[in-house]
Amino acid sequence: MTTQQPTYTFERAEQMGSRVHDTWVVIPLYNEESVISDVIAQVRTAFAQVVCVDDGSSDRSADLAAKAGARVVRHPLNLGQGAALQTGFDYALTDPSMQYVVTFDADGQHQIADALGMVERLRAGEADVVFGSRFLDERTKPSFAKNMVLRAAVGYTNMTTHTRLTDAHNGLRAIRRPVVEQLDITQNGMAHASELVAQIGALKSSYVEHPVHILYTDYSKAKGQSLWNSINILADLILR
Amino acid sequence: MKIVLIQLLLIVVVILTAVRLLRDRGARTQAVRRLGLMLFAAVAIWSILFPSVWNHFAKLVGVGRGTDMVLYALVVAFLSFTLTTYVRFREFETRYTKLARRLALDEAGPPQAVAGAVEEPAQAGTERKETPYAGS
Repeated sequence: MTTQQPTYTFERAEQMGSRVHDTWVVIPLYNEESVISDVIAQVRTAFAQVVCVDDGSSDRSADLAAKAGARVVRHPLNLGQGAALQTGFDYALTDPSMQYVVTFDADGQHQIADALGMVERLRAGEADVVFGSRFLDERTKPSFAKNMVLRAAVGYTNMTTHTRLTDAHNGLRAIRRPVVEQLDITQNGMAHASELVAQIGALKSSYVEHPVHILYTDYSKAKGQSLWNSINILADLILR
Repeated sequence: MKIVLIQLLLIVVVILTAVRLLRDRGARTQAVRRLGLMLFAAVAIWSILFPSVWNHFAKLVGVGRGTDMVLYALVVAFLSFTLTTYVRFREFETRYTKLARRLALDEAGPPQAVAGAVEEPAQAGTERKETPYAGS
């Protein structure tokens, strides 16, 4: 891995001093053919190693992701975003030089600069896990209903885990290898976000939150989780 | 005692269900479940032949009528069935997730092979088309 020249590592990463080959960006992918190429191209301006876990997409997402330069791991059938994340972790762990994993959403709502900043904080030894939070500053503007649901979700997560967070269901995270090694996400559906927080809390890993900007484009709004889904998530968590 | 057609029908259904469930292969942990099932079948046939036994049960626990008693028992049985099914379904899901993940990771190969080369992903893309999963 060290012999690979970062030919496609762009100025930004170099400016920030990222040794990008010790970082894998994990992107769970499910039917995002209209945006995935751009998202991967953007991510690859800063991170060389991107693994897309295609969760049984029925469109051309997986092929487009591969063309855009991501490694693609294909689930033979649709399992859910949580399962895709865990597959991405397992894949990244097979690379012995991997030190950090970044989880990133496929719909383009996350910012590369945020991800870079989070990895830099890991590199600085600030914590074992950096969670992205859209509620640390005023940049992100979720709708009123979405805001309430997200706050309720984080309230529940804080109540049931040994953590204090401001945003539990944010897809942007940066995690150090020793923690990734111990994660075992079994919630295939959307409840995985809370499960991940719970496991990190149980591991007593150190964590910090990093202010991130979530871009609510029309696309991501249309694709995003319906608020009804929060009820399903709650049921999954209680019945686990 | 006069056997009504509905009683015959119900008894046949109970026996068939019991036999069907008993054929379920498994270890000794299932023995208890099977004994319980046989007991259940026996009680079912007993109460089909003598519906009044439910009235005795009902009086014993302070419920008005035998039919109410049957309804309550049914609600409890259905709830426990729902929960055990949910748990078993989760176990099953975990198992096939691991299987699918293993398949996916094996198929993807080690990260070292491609991570360094810019032109590799395109190759990987064309290779994929020959595999049965492409385009599925």
